[in-house]
Amino acid sequence: MCALSELQTGQDATVVGLRADHDFVQRLHALGVRIGRSVRIIRRGALNGPLQLRIGTTDIMLRRTEAALIDTTEPATAQT
Amino acid sequence: MKRIALLGMPNCGKSSLFNRVTGASARIGNWPGITVDLMRARILLGSHMVEVVDLPGIYDLNGYTEDEQVVRDFLCAQPVDLLIMVINAAQAERQLRLFLQARTLGVPIVVLFNMADEARRLGINIDRDAFTEHTGFSAHSISAKFGDGVPQALAQIGHMLGNTVPSMPSFDALADADLEHALDQLAHQSIDTPVTLSARHTDRIDRAALHPVLGPVLFIAAMALVFNAVFLLGAPLQEGIGAAFDWLRSAALVPLLAPLPAWASGFLIEGIYNGVSTVATFVPLIVLFFFLMALVEDSGYLSRAAFLMDAFMSRLGLDGRSFVMLVMGFGCNVPALMGTRIMRARPLRLLTMLTIPLSLCSARLQVFLFIGAAIFPAVWAPWALLSLYLFSIAAAVLTAWLFRKKFASREPFALELPPYRLPTARHVLLRGWHEVRHFVHRASRFIVAGVALVWLLTHLPVGVDAASTASWAGQIGSWLQPLLSPIGIDAQLTLALLFGFVAKEVMIGAMAVIFGQETSALGDTLAQHMNIAQAYSFMLFTLLYTPCLSTLATLQSESRDWRFTTLAVAWPLALAWGVAWLAYTGLSALAH
Ligand SMILES: Nc1nc2c(ncn2[C@@H]2O[C@H](COP(=O)(O)OP(=O)(O)OP(=O)(O)O)[C@@H](O)[C@H]2O)c(=O)[nH]1
Ligand SMILES: [Mg+2]
Repeated sequence: MCALSELQTGQDATVVGLRADHDFVQRLHALGVRIGRSVRIIRRGALNGPLQLRIGTTDIMLRRTEAALIDTTEPATAQT
Repeated sequence: MKRIALLGMPNCGKSSLFNRVTGASARIGNWPGITVDLMRARILLGSHMVEVVDLPGIYDLNGYTEDEQVVRDFLCAQPVDLLIMVINAAQAERQLRLFLQARTLGVPIVVLFNMADEARRLGINIDRDAFTEHTGFSAHSISAKFGDGVPQALAQIGHMLGNTVPSMPSFDALADADLEHALDQLAHQSIDTPVTLSARHTDRIDRAALHPVLGPVLFIAAMALVFNAVFLLGAPLQEGIGAAFDWLRSAALVPLLAPLPAWASGFLIEGIYNGVSTVATFVPLIVLFFFLMALVEDSGYLSRAAFLMDAFMSRLGLDGRSFVMLVMGFGCNVPALMGTRIMRARPLRLLTMLTIPLSLCSARLQVFLFIGAAIFPAVWAPWALLSLYLFSIAAAVLTAWLFRKKFASREPFALELPPYRLPTARHVLLRGWHEVRHFVHRASRFIVAGVALVWLLTHLPVGVDAASTASWAGQIGSWLQPLLSPIGIDAQLTLALLFGFVAKEVMIGAMAVIFGQETSALGDTLAQHMNIAQAYSFMLFTLLYTPCLSTLATLQSESRDWRFTTLAVAWPLALAWGVAWLAYTGLSALAH
């Protein structure tokens, strides 16, 4: 298990846990970030800026502090 | 009368559908949270008179932001016959979550899978029969933007309205316990998504637009391009129309009003006509500006701007959305202030609202175009304008930085990045038309009254020379001289500034009246009246000094806090004076 914020750009992983407060978890659910869904970091903003994430057909941006509250599986190592 | 309401997640196309169905002109934009207030319109559907209500987009019926509260308040207060649930078909696997909440309200629902065109391009297929079979709710596939499927959906809704009674939604069964499992199941049963999605244009554009170096460069280049375009296209356009108004005045108005006593024709021609027509010469330019704004807002670039700026804004105690609101404020500060309703933490919202009145709105743009064209050499003028935009952003940054401790907040930041979209010509034209109506509305309220009052103040007491020191206007100007002469603003222009508080457009009208000039001659008079240091100081002061009356009213109605509103007026005034003083003393010293 690792925090979403530690994932490499371009790697896929599956969400296994959300440790944010209740309201924010609801918002994440509404944006498609749910346990069992696959996420990928598309890019990281410059100067510690937000992450661009892709979940299914939805792209969202999320600050790194918030991304640290999302647990994912270890990414599949064979990814290119 | 029947009532139906449009419910759906932000940016799923509710307002597009609302406009298509009712012919209204609700604001549309590719940004989650364009609509933050209710809008209503009436139509005849089948044999029923129906009130259609466009609601703000919400993520969750248990939501906690102000715009979500608007929806809750509406649903708790007004019975509805039917809810139209709008869902972005391309993102149905998450947006159906709201449907699962809405179906517990106990109100009839029709589900419309919108953006069928985009879903088709992505190869996403929604099995509406399976959906209806599993949920018991009827569903249609539509494209609100292009119109496909809308008549069929409306026909069925009209039919259903024959059997409905208005009912109050019940929030009792609305628990957020296990939506996620039900959602997975429903998505599995009714949505068919290809395993790999084809590469999208959006990704290609983003590679440049969100690039760490190229992205900001593109942003500034685009801004410079827009303002240069406004200046280069706008200035001759404005002059041409000014000449037409002058012609109309000497060819028709003056002979027509000749029989009237001198004071009456003076009031009508040099007061009302000169004042209002000078302001009106800017209408085409403003329409042009809003064409460009519509293009920006509908493209989806605003979310990219939020992405690029968030790291910087977070150091000021703001977030990427605050920056987007500042950009939206370039159009008009009022909707930008209301747009902060999507923020949940009150301190964050207030801090953003404190910066928005510093954003150079289109009314101030008119003043700057006018003075810039009159006083600066033609090659400098667009850059003087661009520098004012940069000052506007810098003032907002400084303000946020100074007040970031007072309005400290910690709001988690998550925002959608919608795909890039091209606005339809119809949409862009509607937006321009909307601005013309907005102008006529303001003209009929503030501008006519403003210029009439300016004329009276410059011509009373009876017998004084117009706008001389003996006139009331002159007296007001002399009182304020101790305050304004250090920043190079003389007594005659003081009155224009006072009226700028009502609406910034009035300033140009007021100048026309004060100098007793028609549109085209006014520029020359101004050029003799002010040097560059004075003009730049005047522009900086005008940029910052006070929000207009509508902005002030919105600050108060959105914050519901007099102390905050007072701060939002007093601080910019102090800042304006300081900045104008620095510019005036600096530029005067340079010139010597
Ligand atoms: N391709 C496509 N785009 C659409 C369609 N319907 C709406 N859009 C676009 O989607 C964006 C959002 O549209 P709006 O009508 O403002 O959405 P909304 O649901 O009112 O959004 P909020 O008011 O923010 O909740 C705009 O850029 C529209 O042009 C559609 O059927 N197809
Ligand atoms: Mg809307």
